[in-house]
Order: sequence, then structure tokens, then C-alpha cells
Amino acid sequence: MKKTHNQKAWFMVLPVLILVAFSAIIPMMTVINYSVQDTFGNNEFFWVGLEWFEEVLHSERIHDALWRQIIFSAIILSIEVPLGIFIALNMPKKNGLWTSICLVVVALPLLVPWNVVGTIWQIFGRIDIGLLGYTLEQLGIDYNYTQNTFDAWFTIIIMDVWHWTSLVLLLCYAGLRSIPDAYYQAAKIDQASRWSVFRYIELPKMKGVLIIVILLRFMDSFMIYTEPFVVTGGGPGNATTFLSIDLVKMAIGQFDLGPAAAFSLIYFLVILLVSWVFYTIMINMDKENE
Amino acid sequence: MAKITLSNLAHSYKDNPISSDDYALKPIDHVWEDGAAYALLGPSGCGKTTLLNIISGLLKPSSGQILFNKKDVTNDDTSLRNIAQVFQFPVVYDTMTVKENLAFPLKNRGLKPDYIEKRVLEIAEIISLKSMLDKKTQSLTSDVKQKISLGRGLVREDVNAILFDEPLTVIDPKMKWELRTQLKALHKNLGHTMIYVTHDQTEALTFADKVIVMSDGEVVQIGTPTELFEKPEHTFVGYFIGSPGMNIIPAKINNDKATIGHHQIELNNKFAKLDGKIELGIRPEFIKFSNDPDAIPVEILRIEDVGHYKIARARYQDYDINIIINENDEFSPEMKGIVFDKDKISIYVDDWRVEQ
Repeated sequence: MKKTHNQKAWFMVLPVLILVAFSAIIPMMTVINYSVQDTFGNNEFFWVGLEWFEEVLHSERIHDALWRQIIFSAIILSIEVPLGIFIALNMPKKNGLWTSICLVVVALPLLVPWNVVGTIWQIFGRIDIGLLGYTLEQLGIDYNYTQNTFDAWFTIIIMDVWHWTSLVLLLCYAGLRSIPDAYYQAAKIDQASRWSVFRYIELPKMKGVLIIVILLRFMDSFMIYTEPFVVTGGGPGNATTFLSIDLVKMAIGQFDLGPAAAFSLIYFLVILLVSWVFYTIMINMDKENE
Repeated sequence: MAKITLSNLAHSYKDNPISSDDYALKPIDHVWEDGAAYALLGPSGCGKTTLLNIISGLLKPSSGQILFNKKDVTNDDTSLRNIAQVFQFPVVYDTMTVKENLAFPLKNRGLKPDYIEKRVLEIAEIISLKSMLDKKTQSLTSDVKQKISLGRGLVREDVNAILFDEPLTVIDPKMKWELRTQLKALHKNLGHTMIYVTHDQTEALTFADKVIVMSDGEVVQIGTPTELFEKPEHTFVGYFIGSPGMNIIPAKINNDKATIGHHQIELNNKFAKLDGKIELGIRPEFIKFSNDPDAIPVEILRIEDVGHYKIARARYQDYDINIIINENDEFSPEMKGIVFDKDKISIYVDDWRVEQ
């Protein structure tokens, strides 16, 4: 058979190339461009090399924000994952009206836009008009998220748990529903305890979705911006200034485009790295079982 | 091990069953003898799994009682009944090794570790899994997994009965034969009461001492494989068992003569006057081609060769008749008549067999 040689095939991949260029490469290049240059306005730029990167890496302010971010993600994960699993285990198992009602109620927080979530909790926690703040105040508990660091953290964490536990729950619930009845019946016949049923049947079957859930919740919580910004604006002081809040302050508040660009790139790489580590660990755990 | 008695047992999935159509399982009285192998045979949706789940306690019957030996267990939970069940899809604990799987029911019952170790080895030997005791179960093939779930039932020494719910459905055809043979041997050696649910007649007939044929939530016949073949009590048994099934032809009966179409056939028995829907049943195996002028003239539609025998699809007036031609049967395409083996004819009134 005679082969025809031409380069027409390249046109087939062209749409993808254009798409990727506009969605990733061009915006990314803009950031990279800023990260190695400095400007004094008037659209005049000059080359500074890796100076901004060095500055960002040695900045105490950013170190603090990073630590806050890590602690925040750790707390979020350690509350939302067990809580989501626990509620999923206690959801009704059969299809029916009651199940549908439960699912809708549970999924509601996921449908609320992020800044609305922030606003809701901002008002909810106020001691003059907010239900939560006012009640605590009346109970004699000294609660003020605008002035007390602990209270600010408490409010933001409760808010995130309220907003996102449903996601963990829904995915785990889907995983649980895929377990055939025969497994529960066999466990009954084997006289397995409730804990054994969870440990040897439910948990292994949920493992797949749990990997995804943890990864998603980690990435989302590590990038969180809108809700804490609306509630506390990063305060009191810098107590709830997470990485992205700090980044926006730097880029838009102070208009330090160079350091902000370098910061963005490092931020991006950190998320990529941590996600990759997570993923590898969990995939390896899966392989060990075979 | 135990004798299992079902007394006036019935089940409906509806809360307020009114007509008999509402019952998934119509009232049944039956005694499962200790140590026998039974098969529950019937098409999908005939109530056989319902019956099995009632015996295992996964389902509470709407009415009636179930007794293990003389103890009423109707309201006892599955875990108290001490039965073993093998499900359609193999159920194994994925994260455990084969050994841990087999030990699991014993561990849950708080038995001593050295006893568990000994017992697990014994059972692994019996179901020939000894070589893979330390393997994780996740990556094993479904026939091995099915053996493990059987093993989890066998490790308990005091199981009352082992129940199988179409256990070979997901097994490769090649392994099916092997597993079935092993099951049969296991039954012989261990002598457990076994109840095997299937819709596959070959599985039922080869496995069981007694086969219970069900249709529409009703037990239509209980008998040995031979009885089911030679004397089907119900037309359903006639055509469900056998390949092809029994020929069932509307007939008129007068004393010891049957008339189908314009043709008269002599019968062995004398019959009283019969009322209702009267049919004559004859298995394809018991019809022969003949040149006899008294034979029933048929038109042969086609002949199917299935290897060691042939099936003739024939037509007499409005009735389709299947005939099995064995290798050493006399047959030539010119033969246009068939004769029935007089001893093997069954007469049915409203689908139930009558003797006289």
C-alpha cells in the first residue's frame, strides 16, 4: 500500500493548541513575564531576574500566611472528612421521599455562591444583629470575630464545614450506595460487628471516592479566598490572612506586580506538589492491597 | 445441622395483600430433611430467592412459621440462625487475605486463635485453597472468591444449612463444571443440608437429590430428577425441564382413548370423565417416527442437528410437536408418521397431572 505523506494532520490538533494557548499558556506567560521584571509605571519594564522569587521565599509575612494556610487545611480536612463519612453512614439507604428530602437539604449549602456564604456568616456572627453572635453574647460568652483571633478562626472553620461537608457526604453516600446488599447480608451471617462492617466493607468500598474527596477539599481549602475575605477581611490583624488573601493584597492593594507574580507561581507550584504527593501516596496505598 | 420445616409459610412484599397475585410466595408446607441436597428451580421472579431469604432470615415472612429442628426461628435474626449463604456475586472482604476471610466468622464468635488456625487450615484443604492462604482476595478470580465465600460458611462446625443463591452465575463456563462437581463431592463428604437456588435445570438436576420446581410463587412439584423428567406433575415442569420441553397438546379423553385433532391414541389408564382444560403431554424423547399406517401424520418443518442427536420440528394440524431422533433411531425423511410411547404419556387437567 502506498502511503501519502502530508502535514494536514497538524490542522486536526490546531483547535486544541489554540484552546490551550488561550486558557493556560498565554495567561501563565503574562505572570511569568511580570515575575522577572520591575516597573516604575509608564509601561516601562526592566529585567530583575530571580530577585522577586528570592524576596518572596524569604518573606516572613508570606511564611506566616503559608503556615496559617497549612493549619487551616489540616483542620478543615480533619473535621469535614470524618463528619461527612459519619453523616453518609447514617443517611437512609433506600430510595424514597425521605431520602430525596435528606439529599436536597444536605446539598443546599453547595448551591450558595461563595461570597453569599461569606455574607451570611458575616451577619450571622455579628453580636448586634446576628443570630449566632447575639445568642453567644446573651449567654455571656465573649465572642467577637472582628477582634479575637480564636473567634475569627472558629467562625471561618465552622463556615467552611457548613459549606463543604455536604460535598464529602454526597460523594461518600454515592460510594456507600454502590455496595450490594449481599455484603451486608454476608456480614450479618458472619456476625460481624458494626465496626467490622465499616472497617472491612464500607471503608474499602469508599476508598476510591475518599481519595478524590480529600484531594478536592485540600485544593479548595488551600486556595480559599472569598469567604474569609468577606467575613474577616484577613483580620484581626493578619490572623486570618491566608495565602490568596495576602496575594490579592500584594497585587491589587499595593500594586507590587513583580513580587505578586513570583508569589503566584510559587503558590501554584506548592499546590501542584502537595496534590501530587497526596495522589501518589494514595495510589500506592491502593497498590499495596493487591 | 438441622431439619428445616416450613409450615404454612407465605410472603408478600405488599403491606396488605388481597388476592393471591399479591403474594411473591404462595403458602407452602415443606420439610427439608437433614443432610439432603435440594435445588430450588424456576424462572426469574418465581419466588425462589424470596423463599431462600426467608430461610436465611434476611426476610421475615408475612405469615406462617419456619422451624429449625423443633425450634421456631421465624422471628430470629440471621445471625442467630447459624446458616451459611453463598450469594450470586461473590462476597469477600477485599482488604483481607484468604486466610483472614476464612477466619473472620470464627473471630467474630470469639473462638480461640489456635482453634481458628487449625480449623481454617482444615477448610482450606477441603476447598483446595491451601496454596493461596496468604493472598489478598481483591485480585483473585470470581470462582476462587466464590470458594472463599463458601469456605466462610463451612468453617463453622455447627451450621444448620448452607444456602446457595445462583452461585455460579458469574463463573466462567469452564470453571462452572468443576465447581459444581466439587460442591457435589463436598456435600457427600460433609453431609450438610444444602439448598441451591438456580434457574438452570442442568445445575439443579446434577446437584440435587430432590428438586423443587417453582412457578409464580408456587411450588409445582417436588421430586427426584427422574420423577421430574418422567412424570411432570404440572405442564410448567413439563416444558421448563428438558430441552426441548414436553409437547403439550390439547386433547379429548374418553375412557382409555385420547383424541388429538382427528387422531385417536390408546392410553394405558382408564380415565373418568374429565372437566376443564384437558391436555396430553409427551416428551420429545418418547416419540418415534414410524411407517405404521396408524401413526399420526405430521409435516416435518425442519431438522436441527445438535451433535449427538437431532431435533425434528414437526406440525400436526395446528400443533407444533418436537421429536428427538437419537443416532440409532430409525429415521428417513419419507417417514411422515409418529407414534407416542404409551407408558410415557401424561394427561393434564387445568395444567395438573391426573392418573385416572
